[in-house]
Parts: sequence; C-alpha cells; structure tokens
Amino acid sequence: MNRFSKLGQYGIFLAFALICLVLAFSTPKFFTLSNLLIIGNQVSINALLAFGVTFVIITGGIDLSLGSMVAVAGVVAATFAHPDTYPLIVPLLVGLGAGSAIGAFNGLVTTKSKVPPFIVTLGTMTIGRGLALIFSKGRPISNLSDEFNFIGGGNIAGIPFPIIILILAFAVCSVVLNKTVLGRYIYAVGGNEPAALASGIRVSRVKMWVYTICGLLSGLGGILLTSRITTGQPNAGAGFELDAIAAAIIGGTSTSGGTGTMTGTLIGALLIGVISNSLDLLNVTSYYQQVVMGVIIIGAVVLDGIGKKD
Amino acid sequence: MSDYILRIKEVSKSFSGIKALDNIHFDLKKGEVHALMGENGAGKSTFMKILIGLVAPDSGEILLEGESLIGSNVNETLKKGISMIHQEILIIPELTVAQNIFLGRERAVSGKRGMLSGWLNDKEINQRGAVLLDKMGVNIAPNAKMKHLSVAQMQMVEIAKAISNNAKVIIMDEPTSAISDKEVATLFKIIHDLKAQGVSIIYISHKMDEIFRISDTITVLRDGKYVGTKSATELDQNALIAMMVGREIDRMFPETTQPVGQEVLSVQNLGRAGKFSNISFNVKAGEIVGLAGLMGAGRTEIARAIFGLDQWDEGEIMIKKIPLRARTPREAIDRGIGYVSEDRKGLGFIPQMSVKDNITLSSINYHRKGGFIDTHSEQSVTDKMIADLKIKTAGAGQQVTYLSGGNQQKVVIGRVLLASPELIILDEPTRGVDVGAKFEIYKLIRGLADQGMAIIMISSELPEILGLSDRILVLSKGKQTAMLSKAEATQELIMRYAVEG
Repeated sequence: MNRFSKLGQYGIFLAFALICLVLAFSTPKFFTLSNLLIIGNQVSINALLAFGVTFVIITGGIDLSLGSMVAVAGVVAATFAHPDTYPLIVPLLVGLGAGSAIGAFNGLVTTKSKVPPFIVTLGTMTIGRGLALIFSKGRPISNLSDEFNFIGGGNIAGIPFPIIILILAFAVCSVVLNKTVLGRYIYAVGGNEPAALASGIRVSRVKMWVYTICGLLSGLGGILLTSRITTGQPNAGAGFELDAIAAAIIGGTSTSGGTGTMTGTLIGALLIGVISNSLDLLNVTSYYQQVVMGVIIIGAVVLDGIGKKD
Repeated sequence: MSDYILRIKEVSKSFSGIKALDNIHFDLKKGEVHALMGENGAGKSTFMKILIGLVAPDSGEILLEGESLIGSNVNETLKKGISMIHQEILIIPELTVAQNIFLGRERAVSGKRGMLSGWLNDKEINQRGAVLLDKMGVNIAPNAKMKHLSVAQMQMVEIAKAISNNAKVIIMDEPTSAISDKEVATLFKIIHDLKAQGVSIIYISHKMDEIFRISDTITVLRDGKYVGTKSATELDQNALIAMMVGREIDRMFPETTQPVGQEVLSVQNLGRAGKFSNISFNVKAGEIVGLAGLMGAGRTEIARAIFGLDQWDEGEIMIKKIPLRARTPREAIDRGIGYVSEDRKGLGFIPQMSVKDNITLSSINYHRKGGFIDTHSEQSVTDKMIADLKIKTAGAGQQVTYLSGGNQQKVVIGRVLLASPELIILDEPTRGVDVGAKFEIYKLIRGLADQGMAIIMISSELPEILGLSDRILVLSKGKQTAMLSKAEATQELIMRYAVEG
C-alpha cells in the first residue's frame, strides 16, 4: 500500500522476532508448544478488538467503547446461554448483535452530529458500561451451558478454540481491507476525507460500516471472554480498548488515518501478549509489567517514526 | 561589481547520483526583482533550498555581500538577511498577527535582560507590529488572530516578518497562486516599496503576465541546468517559453473543427443565498464553456452546487432534460458529471494511495468480481489511462504524493474520466502546473470535447479562457453579467464584465 508503512511494519516484525529470539534463549519455557498456545489464547480477545479498531483508526477515527461493548455483549449473551434454554446460536447472535448495535450507534452519531469520535465513543463507553450493569442488575451471570463454554475454553485437535477464531477473523479482516471495495474506501476516507467524498465515496456509509464492524468484533470478543470465564460479568473488559488501540498503533497504524494493515495489528497484539507472558515467566510482578508495556508502546511509535523519515 | 548583493557561482547538487542542479549561476542586484523561471522539476526549489541553507550544495559558491553562505543553516541565513515567503504559508493560526511576526524572537523584542526576558511582552510586540504593518500600508490589526485572515493578508504578515528580520533578499515562491487580482496589486505595490528601500526580491511564478509586470531580470533553469539570464525588456512571452521548454510552442491552444451536439447541461435561474443568484446557461456535447470572473465571483460555488458538494436554494439543473438535484457527489457522478477541483490537494486525490488506487477510486465499483476487486481489470484500465494521458510515473503503484503537479492533475482527470462522465467541470485545471504540462492539459481538454463531452472550465487566467472556450460566461459578485461567443470575447471585454455591478 505504502512503502513507508511497509517499512514500519517490517521494523515491528523484526523487533517482534528479536524479542522472541531473546526470550527463547533466556527462558527455556518460552518456546514450548504449550506456552505458545497459552499466548495465542491470551492474545485472542485483544487481537479481535484490535482488528476492529484498526478499521476505525484507518478511517481517521477512534473507538474508546470497545471494553464496554465487550461487557454488554458478554452479559446479553450469558442471559441466553443457560443450559437447556435456547440453542447455542441465540446467545451468539444476540451477543454479536448487541456489539454491532452499539457500534452502529457510534457510527450514526459520529456521521450525523459531526462530534469527534473520541467524544462520541467516550460517551458510549460510559453508556455501555451502564447498560451492562442495568441488564445484569449489577450481578455476574453464571451457570452457562457447556456448548457455550466450549467457545472460550474448548480445544480442537489440541488447539484452543479462541486461536481458531482469531485466525479466521484475521483472514476475513485482511480480505475485507485489501480485496474489497469497502477496504479501498476505508483507506481513502482516512487518507483524505474531502477528496474521498468528491470522488463519489459515500463517506458516512463507510464510517457506519467501520464502527459497526468494530462493534461486531467487540461483541465476538465479549462472547469469547464470557465463555472463557464461564460468567457474564458487567464489569468485564474495562480498559480493553487501550490494549487494542495499542496493538494497532504498535503494528504501524497511523492515528492520523490512511495507513495501517491487519498483519501489523496482529503482530502488535502478539507482541503485547509475548511480552506480558515472558514477564510472567521471568517472575516480574504485574506492577512492573504495566510500566514495561507503556515504554514499549511509546518505543514502538518512536521507532516507527524513525523508520518513516525520508 | 559592488551593486550585486548576492552572487551565486557554479552551484551543483546531486541526489543519489542524479544531478538536480548542474553549475547554476545567479547574480542578484541590490533593489531588483529577479524572476526565477523554469518548469516544475527544473530545479528551482532545490536551488532555493540551497540558498536558504536547508540543503548543502555539493560544490559552488554563494556570496551575500561578499561573505560566503556555504555551511550556514536556515537560522543563520535568516539572520544574515535572506527570508523566504513559502508557497504554502507557515503560520500558527491561533496566535495573533504580531505574535506570528515576532515568533521565536520574543526575548529580543521584550527588551528585558536576564530572568525577565522570559516574560512575554504582548504590548511591545503589538506596537512594533502596528508600526511595521503601517509602514507597509496594509490594514491588518496586529492583535487579530491569524486564522481570521485571508490568504493574501497572511502573505502580507509573512512579508512583514521578513522585513522585521531586516531581510536584504526576500524569496517569494508563487506568491499569487491563491490571491485575487486586487490583492496582487497590493502585493506588487509592496514589492515596489521594498525595491525602493534596496531590498532585492527573487520571484518565482508560473504566471507569465505577472513576471513581465513585476520583474527587472529573468533567469531560466531547465532540467537542473542554467539556461540564461536576460533583462525582462529583452524578452517576450514566446521567447521566455522557448527558453523554459527548449522549443517554441507555436500554438498553445488547439483548434477544433468538430460541431457541437445536443444539450447536456442546462442551468436555469440557479441561486444560493449569499453566493450566487439567477444563473442560467447551458452546455452542449462537444462544447467548452469558460467561466470567467474575479475571485469570489461565485464560479467555484456554482460548480460545487452542480456536483452535489453544496446545496442550492432556487432554480433548476437539468442533465439531458432530466432534473438533477445531487445531494452528494456520488449522485452527480452517477448522472454523468465529473469534477476536477481547483483544490487538488484537498479534493483531488488521496496522497497515501497509489496512482492506480486513486485513478480507479471513482469507478472501482465497476471492477468487481463476486464482492472482491477485480485486480486484473483494475490494472488494465489504469495502465491504459496512464498511457492515454501520458502520466509520468514510476509505475501504477507509485504514491501520488511523489508526482509533479501536472501529473497529479492528470491522475485526478484520469479518475474523473474512468467514471465515464458526459459533463466535466474543470476548476482551474492548470493551477500550479508548469508550461509544458499546461499545453498537454489544453490538448487533453480539447480532445475530450472533440470526443463529445460537454465541458465547463473555470479559470482565472484569461488567455486560457480565451484560448480554449467556445463560449464564455462572465460572473461578477455572484451574478451573471455576460455570455460571450469566442468571436466577440477579448481580455478587455471579459474584465469589464467581471467588475460590473
């Protein structure tokens, strides 16, 4: 797409490979299959949200309501996931639907009101959290069916199911971004919105799509999380939006819009996962982990900026 | 010769093996306006970057009043008296006029020493700014916020800043590209005053008539080489173009023999509150209708209304006898209208995207195969358009940002053409485009009309309007004052109608 963003992505890929190499030598447990599967499993939810927010950031927008959409989708899905009530498809559809609906709301308000998406989604973040608490009456929703709990906790041929979902979602998102007209329009809107409009692109419609897709993927993330912890938690997902945005940015998506790739975002999410995993293995307490993660986010963008200089 | 303030000898510069500048000479007298001419890519901007210390030359000598400038950085050349007014004005919109003028020199202006020098003294800054602007004879309040100023006023502030820096040499890069004729007159008056005070001006512009109005001496570069320096009185427009392109362009404007066809666009009593009113005209297939008028006459606003970028309040627009009310550009494009904006960077293309992605952006919907983009058909129409329009690019995958102005314009025209329009509105199609590419764009426009397209061309360059249009609609302050045929139109007549009312 853009030779500089390719370069930036290349840089992040190298950094990722280098960190993995160092970890492989310093902690023997790191490069075992079981540990890698643990990382993949841990990364999956954040990666799904990061894919969603990558679409939004490429159009020049932002979505801060990811974590709240995770919670709403989680409690809504859990309500319909008790054993011997509804078939599995019902909690899945209502969960995805809840996420998509909030996403579509974000898109609608952003395009109709001209209020910056930062503000709109900041509002939705609070609204969503409130809705999750109202819907669950503030209590965790447990006693979920085994089929539902398989989504976040099951294995197929030894591979955790969330990893399979992650791979499928990555493939679909990459194809949408690179091979479809919508993907082309997403880059165009973020690259130069007035020119995209004058080129005949229905900019509002493109924005509606990206926020809705972002909501859909957040809903999927909410279902995964609820299934994994076998409980619909109204307080779940708080702060998830920041990790997802961090993954996209570490992966080379520019916050000013117009550039970014799904591969970059995937690597960004993996990098975050690998680092927190290895800090666990190295027995670094979680307090320090947060500091390290912040330094890495800034460092990645600084390095990316250096790579982008002509 | 002591009357030369600036002497530049044998300056050369290569970028990764390619000679950008080869042995350039340039002598600037005290108090003269010296035009630097050349097509885009001739090396003018590299040359100016070297002069202001942004780029170091590989060899050569630059002497300002006998003192070498080689090795000086931008701040040092500025202190020594070389100021540049950039084409894209560099200001801080939220600061006031005076704060912008003295930006970076607040300590010097505050007149305090030591600790106290860190305190801002807006009163002093405003007073000094007022004196400066008064001297220039421009009416701008020093405490006005920069963002409320017009482009021309911002330019005046930049010049004030240069004067306050005690500039001996002021470089003006395309200073009139975004200002009205009246503002040009003010600018030229200031340039005359500066000359009288012994300040020398290096003047870069593509506008021939301006060059002959304002400059004393003209130096021409071509392909990074020095072509020659002549007194402005020795040259005429054709001789100057010949120096720039290395050949005579005998006929700038292609003629046509094609008859016009059916009416494509009809506009009746179109009006938009505060912008334009009672506009009625039509355009037929194969016809070029020029829209002439001063800045602010409402030409671009009419184009935007037809294209669905703005709404309108009264009247009617018909495309092939069927009413059109486009609420978005998409609807206008679907009805066969194409628009090439005057604001190429703002409305023309997506800078981060490739030539291919830009060229197919308006028509990519027609290159789909089962929900996905059909990359083969996309590539083949792109390659054909690049060849047809003679777009100079390293390839279809090249980012548009890296193309010259003329080639960027061709990419925009290519995008519009791929959506198969029947009516094309071209708004200042040759702005910021060099002479050679201008000629190609003229040929292209005439060629499109000959293929049966209806064309509206908006231009502030009268020779262009006169040379290409079959009919000319003249506007003044949002009202239509004349519709002239090619035979009766002259520069004087157009100007008379353009200032009427």
